[in-house]
Amino acid sequence: MKAVDAPPPVTLQGMLLGARLVFPFIPGSIVFAAAFGTTAAQKGLSVLETVLMSALMYAGSAQLVALELWRTDVWTGAAILAISAVVFTVNARMILQGASLQPWIYPLPNTVLWPSLGLLTDANWVVGTRYHAGGGRDVGVLIGAGIMLWIVWVGGTLPGRLAGGLVQHPERFGIDLVMPIVFTAMVVPLWKGRQDTICWAASALVALATAWLWPGYAFVVTGGLAGALTGAALGVLEDRRRGGGNA
Amino acid sequence: MPDPSPFGLTAGSLAAIVAMALASYLCRVLGVWLMAHVPLTQPVRRGLAALPGSIIVAIIAPLVMRGGPSALAALAAALVSMLIKRNELLALAVGLSVVSLLRAWGV
Repeated sequence: MKAVDAPPPVTLQGMLLGARLVFPFIPGSIVFAAAFGTTAAQKGLSVLETVLMSALMYAGSAQLVALELWRTDVWTGAAILAISAVVFTVNARMILQGASLQPWIYPLPNTVLWPSLGLLTDANWVVGTRYHAGGGRDVGVLIGAGIMLWIVWVGGTLPGRLAGGLVQHPERFGIDLVMPIVFTAMVVPLWKGRQDTICWAASALVALATAWLWPGYAFVVTGGLAGALTGAALGVLEDRRRGGGNA
Repeated sequence: MPDPSPFGLTAGSLAAIVAMALASYLCRVLGVWLMAHVPLTQPVRRGLAALPGSIIVAIIAPLVMRGGPSALAALAAALVSMLIKRNELLALAVGLSVVSLLRAWGV
């Protein structure tokens, strides 16, 4: 059953805007995609397998981790289940990202909503979140940014796979920091006051503790959840202080 | 290792790729689907409002710790640039310049 809220618009102008807003992420995506292609060559994946993986999974970190578990001999059902489970945990942060988008995008018709979510990734999520926080409602921004990045991602994978070692020492130019830098820049307009400071501090502490205790990518999920729970708790406290229910 | 044929694809490797793609898609839709079945009370609304920034901070914090002083300086420079002038591309340019310089000097 779907909510009865008026669905947000999806326009071509919005998609073009999204494609433009995602521009800062493109150099980093190309290098990351080429690095994935190069690693795939070393792990013995065919060109077709490499490109299919980028086109269908469209999830950088999860694809790199999957290469560590890739088999060039026989795929048993158990091996397929294991590699899928690892991919799920690496991508689990997208569950939280989807949850944060829900109030905005859920009123879309099913035929638009569920296919569009196939394009969800860190960069278009952050671009869409920033746009929505600034008062925008056009989901075309999210979709356009996603399509743009998908083209770049698949397009960058192929040359990396064909010409191994295309990118030598990308870290010299700080390419490995493009993503963190753009994320840092994009978090600034999301700050709305002291409550955010408290929630974000909780998130950072829990993420750091998790990363220290636990290898892998769980820190994004635990940190994000800690921030959201802190926000919910602050909301409850504030309601109590106001005397419950009058506000 | 012999290079496989460019179009090499076995039933097994195709099944693995499709399974991984489905696992990824499940992550993409699960949060939206779950939140559609949770009543939007005031605390839930507050939690959702705090979620985007918290996710970003959770992604950045451990990367900074692992990246060392040059990464920390780059992010700080990008942050200051963004506070002065709200332009993401400019912040990116500033951050990358700082890290390239510091790494060239061996920091």
